Amino acid sequence: MHKLWSNYRYLFLRRVTQIGILVLYFGANAWGWNILQGNLSSSLILGTIPMSDPYALLQMLAAGAILSTNLLVGVGIVALFYFLIGGRAFCSWVCPINMVTDLAAFCRNLIGMNQLTGVKQPASRKLRYWILVLSLVISAIMGVTAFEFLSPISMLHRGIVFGLGFGWAGALIIFLFDLFVLKNGWCGHICPLGGFYSLLGKFSLIRVHHLEENCTLCMKCKVVCPENHVLHMIGKESLPVLSGECTNCARCIEVCDDKALKFSLKSFIQNKKKGE
Amino acid sequence: MKKLSERREFLLTMARGIGLASIGGLVWSAYLDKAVSAPLLLRPPAALSESDFLATCIKCGLCVEACPYDTLMLAKPGDERPLGTPFFIPRDIPCYMCPDIPCVPVCPTGALDESSVTTHGVLDIGVANMGLAVVDEESCIAFWGIQCDACYRACPILGEAITIEYSKNERTGKHAFLKPVVHADACTGCGLCEHACVTKKPAIFVLPNEIAQGSVDTHYIRGWDTKDENRLEKAQEIKTTTNISKKKAVDSLNSNLEDLY
Amino acid sequence: MSLSRRNFLKNSAAASAAAAIGMSVPAELKANADTAESGWRWDKAACRFCGTGCGIMMATKNGKIVAVKGDPAAPVNRGLNCIKGYFNAKIMYGADRLTKPLLRMNDKGEFDKHGKFGEITWQRAFDEMEKHIRKALKESGPEGVAVFASGQYTIMEGYAAQKMMKGGFRSNAIDPNARHCMASAVVGFYQTFGIDEPSGCYDDIELTDTVVSWGSNMAEMHPILWSRVTDRKLSDPNRVKVVNISTYRHRTSDLADMEIIFTPNTDLAMWNYIAHEIVYNHPEAIDWDFLKKNIIFAASPVNMGYGLRRAGEKSLTPVRKDGSAGNYTAKEMETINHEMVHKVSAAEAPALEPYGYKEGDNMVNKPAGLKHWEISFDEYKKFLKPYTLDYVAKVAKGDPDESLDSFKKKLQTLADLYIEKGRKVVSFWTMGMNQHTRGTWVNTLSYNIHFMLNKQALPGSGAFSLTGQPSACGTAREVGTFCHRLPADMMVKNPHHRKKTEHGWHIPEGTLNPVGNQHIMKIHRDIEDGLVKFAWVNVCNAYQDSASAKHWIKAARELDNFIVTSDGYPGISAMVSDMVLPSAMIYEKWGAYGNAERRSQHWRQQVLPVGDAMSDTWQWMELSKRFTVKDLWGAYTLRNGKKLPDVREAAHKLGYKDDTTMYEILYANERAKKNYPITLNKFPQKGYDNSDCNGDSRNVIGGDGKVVKGCGFMVHEYLWEEYAAFGRGHGHDLADFVTYHKVRGLKWPVVDGKETPWRFNVKYDPYAAAAVAKSGSKSTHAFYGPLAKALPYGDLHGVKNKKKTSLKDKAKIFARPYMEPPEVPNEEYDTWLCTGRVLEHWHSGTMTMRVPELFRAVPEALCYMNPKTAKEKGLKQGELCWVESRRGRVKAHVETRGRNRPPRGLVFIPWFDEKVFINKVCLDATCPQSKQTDYKKCAVKIYKA
Repeated sequence: MHKLWSNYRYLFLRRVTQIGILVLYFGANAWGWNILQGNLSSSLILGTIPMSDPYALLQMLAAGAILSTNLLVGVGIVALFYFLIGGRAFCSWVCPINMVTDLAAFCRNLIGMNQLTGVKQPASRKLRYWILVLSLVISAIMGVTAFEFLSPISMLHRGIVFGLGFGWAGALIIFLFDLFVLKNGWCGHICPLGGFYSLLGKFSLIRVHHLEENCTLCMKCKVVCPENHVLHMIGKESLPVLSGECTNCARCIEVCDDKALKFSLKSFIQNKKKGE
Repeated sequence: MKKLSERREFLLTMARGIGLASIGGLVWSAYLDKAVSAPLLLRPPAALSESDFLATCIKCGLCVEACPYDTLMLAKPGDERPLGTPFFIPRDIPCYMCPDIPCVPVCPTGALDESSVTTHGVLDIGVANMGLAVVDEESCIAFWGIQCDACYRACPILGEAITIEYSKNERTGKHAFLKPVVHADACTGCGLCEHACVTKKPAIFVLPNEIAQGSVDTHYIRGWDTKDENRLEKAQEIKTTTNISKKKAVDSLNSNLEDLY
Repeated sequence: MSLSRRNFLKNSAAASAAAAIGMSVPAELKANADTAESGWRWDKAACRFCGTGCGIMMATKNGKIVAVKGDPAAPVNRGLNCIKGYFNAKIMYGADRLTKPLLRMNDKGEFDKHGKFGEITWQRAFDEMEKHIRKALKESGPEGVAVFASGQYTIMEGYAAQKMMKGGFRSNAIDPNARHCMASAVVGFYQTFGIDEPSGCYDDIELTDTVVSWGSNMAEMHPILWSRVTDRKLSDPNRVKVVNISTYRHRTSDLADMEIIFTPNTDLAMWNYIAHEIVYNHPEAIDWDFLKKNIIFAASPVNMGYGLRRAGEKSLTPVRKDGSAGNYTAKEMETINHEMVHKVSAAEAPALEPYGYKEGDNMVNKPAGLKHWEISFDEYKKFLKPYTLDYVAKVAKGDPDESLDSFKKKLQTLADLYIEKGRKVVSFWTMGMNQHTRGTWVNTLSYNIHFMLNKQALPGSGAFSLTGQPSACGTAREVGTFCHRLPADMMVKNPHHRKKTEHGWHIPEGTLNPVGNQHIMKIHRDIEDGLVKFAWVNVCNAYQDSASAKHWIKAARELDNFIVTSDGYPGISAMVSDMVLPSAMIYEKWGAYGNAERRSQHWRQQVLPVGDAMSDTWQWMELSKRFTVKDLWGAYTLRNGKKLPDVREAAHKLGYKDDTTMYEILYANERAKKNYPITLNKFPQKGYDNSDCNGDSRNVIGGDGKVVKGCGFMVHEYLWEEYAAFGRGHGHDLADFVTYHKVRGLKWPVVDGKETPWRFNVKYDPYAAAAVAKSGSKSTHAFYGPLAKALPYGDLHGVKNKKKTSLKDKAKIFARPYMEPPEVPNEEYDTWLCTGRVLEHWHSGTMTMRVPELFRAVPEALCYMNPKTAKEKGLKQGELCWVESRRGRVKAHVETRGRNRPPRGLVFIPWFDEKVFINKVCLDATCPQSKQTDYKKCAVKIYKA
């Protein structure tokens, strides 16, 4: 039992957070709760504190919208949080699509899909940054927030809060894509929102830290990691995971039986050392 | 296979990137073009013009949550409306024109523009302009002589947005028609009329203003209506071109003289 | 094609002649022959809803009604309809139509007052009814058996019900919901003319110059008539004036040249102001020649109470120290105590001064009945003295935001319109003047003005009471389905009338009960007092439509009694009942309605009823089979000590045996069977179903456990002809049954095949002509009604000379003062509540709330309120509020916009919505003379829900 908890504690907490947030949103619409109103695009905490999606703001800016103060404050709060503290935690702790892609990864492993496709992935993880740029260009040309009209993330969470329609289709497409086409395809390659948070969260304080001296090179961490290139230091060097693409999902910490990985605040010195 | 030069590989990679981005961008744009082209759509009160609204609305649903009548909905995939944006269908649930307009102040982005429903510093739903009610005189039973006017009595600003026009019913010789007439300047497009209409498919229905209304150029002002002069504020310099005036005067004078013979 | 008025008169006379007996059958009826080819059949009928009486055509296909159209040949509506009439085809096919008898039962299938409803057979249903009626008769006598009757009965149904109740059970406890609707108008007619129903007809609209609507939202309640008023206004916009007089702004104001918003109950003062203006300031306008020949002046007691419960009644005892009494709380008693002693208020003191009252006096109220006496013109003039413009404007101005000057100007203009020489004026009213604790008074006051100016019973001029229900006139009034009435304006308390009725019905002399005082509110109160043990609700919704509803519902559910409701749909009355019977609805039976202009209209059964539903006529006949001469015609002692004689011996002399059933006496007697046979090969029976007479293909199992085969004779024709015989030759002449199936209704009296457009007028009414010829008075009019036509003489205070003088052929002008209602807003209950209807819904909504389009258009009753009142109470548009009176409270959504715009201090809530059960809040005060409830005013407080 203890082992179970120890191996899945962060996963459990992430699911609680992800689902809890959805429940609060749903309650606000269905029963008029005011703890968390709106949705992931923009919301209000306790009817007062605004929060808005900074990537949506960039698209609005590109589309030529006049930005309201309210929106800027909301974006400021969210951006500051991820910039200073959370890093790319949105993707693993908040985004509901994460549950879909995690499930796809689990299934992919289960049916041995990886053996079929081999290790070589047919797409670059840089793709998301291209899509990010492209979304802004299209927003500018079309005068609408380009990704917001397409985003399966929005479709799913809006769907859960306000009524689904065919919103499930987007999630299903991602699931099938991740399962059969590209390992960690959506979150690790395509999603421009993930790309955006990778850039935004590059310098945040909470980091996974590797202790090389405890490592037995079992490589379990690399197997579970959806962005395993960020764990390049495993068994080589005691370093924090510094890539912005790390989602702080903590799966690596959970699966490590050797206490070779842990969360810690990024220290200035280590940062500096890396820079050297 | 011959190894490509570094320069050539770079150029090819760039070209491939641009090509892929173009394909993606075109597909994406085509999708967007379809996704946002649902002109028969009624927005919440105080919505910006449709193009500005689409750029500004963050699709958060706070307006939907604020609506006490469940009038507003966020477009779902399959609704064939711009995804995630708020709208309402008055035949199902109309806008009940709350005096405190709870859906507007909650908008975080200003896509619902409070100032457009504010008169002298106070919220005023009466100046909202969500659309315009239009009467189909063929199927409106009041135009048959039936004493209906359900739309008129349902109108929150009856007597202004909808009035009754009286005329004699010569067919019976002793009854009158009481016909509903919508006034565009007062109608907010709330759709209570459409909701109340008793015909199978409503004979009065709300359309977005751009579709329901024509517009008159500013070069002519109604002499009998002093307020009509206000239109002059938007007047622009007049410059006209027709097929006959396309060419410069000197060019046309110098051409086709032979046709006159 | 616009008709000049002269032409119009000529044409309408021609039309009347054409409508006479023997006229050619209109083309629409002839078209019936082709129905087989088209697949559907058109036939004429009357609209189900209001008292306007529009003619419609119904299309039936495969045994179901599929469509309706306005009847182009109908003179009232000429092919048009209102939004309710438009939906006549949809009213019978609601998903929750009652199709089987239902009884509250326990697990063993026995009747259990607290059980759940379960299906039973018709036989079981009549077994239960029989058992409980026998029990009620044993415990309370005939007064213990009651029927909530209806102005929506067909004429024949009402007549059938009244025969069994009054002739069979010897109970006068049968009273229609028309009591809530028209009773004040009726007593007004009786006291003024001596005979019921309006002198004019709808043609007045096309002929008049002025339409004044008093307490009537014609635009919504009589839409087709309103469209005729509108047409008249359009014909001559400058000459024709329309005035709307109301306690709040409603849609009738749209067309009006002038709108007068007055304080509830001050219509009394305004009518007297107009009279004051005539008598004091424009005496030259009085037509003395007309008055001397046709009119006398009269007065009646003013301390007659408010028709509430009186001290000493069973449910008002014991009186407790905290002010409560019996079943009534101290708060309720605050109002009820006015019934015994009323303190004269500052507002009413000047008006009561000629009667010797001053402000603060205790007026001791006594039941006054209908007593009145003749007075002199000088006495009348003295009575009018207080009604100066200043006084009346002060008490009557109803909108606190209107200036007194503006209101005075309006009153002045109103008086001028009436007085203007040569100006024709019609005063229309409906519930505003009838639902009024001085309803009879205010009705009579309207005629005062028209009489003095000789503007009554003339084409285009007259005071005209519009009816609410489709057959309030036809069934409730003309048939006499009231507790105190018999057919054709005869009265149960008049021994000659009883005798005549007993002869007509072939029942022994002395059978009929002379005490007829169980009007609707009395029946409810008698149930609460435990006297009435059995009550049957017919074609109405007595538990939704009665004020102080909580008391009556509690009494029905908690006391030892048996309540039965016959209905098409499950409404509040059905829910409150112990047994529910599925009734055939209007076009599922043969029938006839009589509208507000005395027009009787018949229709044939168009389709078979839904499920096992059967008509009310059939239900009454089945019930009558269960009771014999021996069961019902023994001696009884009534509660007032009067004895009903044992008439069984007399019955034997008429050839009845002890075990002869009431069915054989009252319905299936030899005259009926012989004279009204089934003739399926002849018009009008040919080709039409008749479930009551012939049974039908459904093979419903009836009250005897056998398939219903029908009574075997044309019961509808029999009932019609027997009923009509009472009125023929007495100013109520109706044509024969078959004629009505050929024409689009006829306005009675139908004499020599001609209908009568204006009664009492020598030119148009053969009865008036005959009366004038007989008396040699050379008058233009003869008000020949026979009731209360000999009066003692006196002054405002009372009778001084008991010797009665005959007033043959004369009508009366009454001195009747302004008084306040018993419940006036105070600090706690600070707002007036007025109730009423909306165009989209009919009455309690059992039919129209089941028409999807009408339900969608107006899904719920709203609390219409002035925006300032809302602000004062901290309420927002659309928010829920509580509306609470001393009797109960309901929740409703606040509406500060839309169709009704009350002034500050008044709210309006329609009563159609059983979810906003406003009659829990309303007060059961009635006009003490007419017993009609005042639904238009009580005091409430309003707060956020």
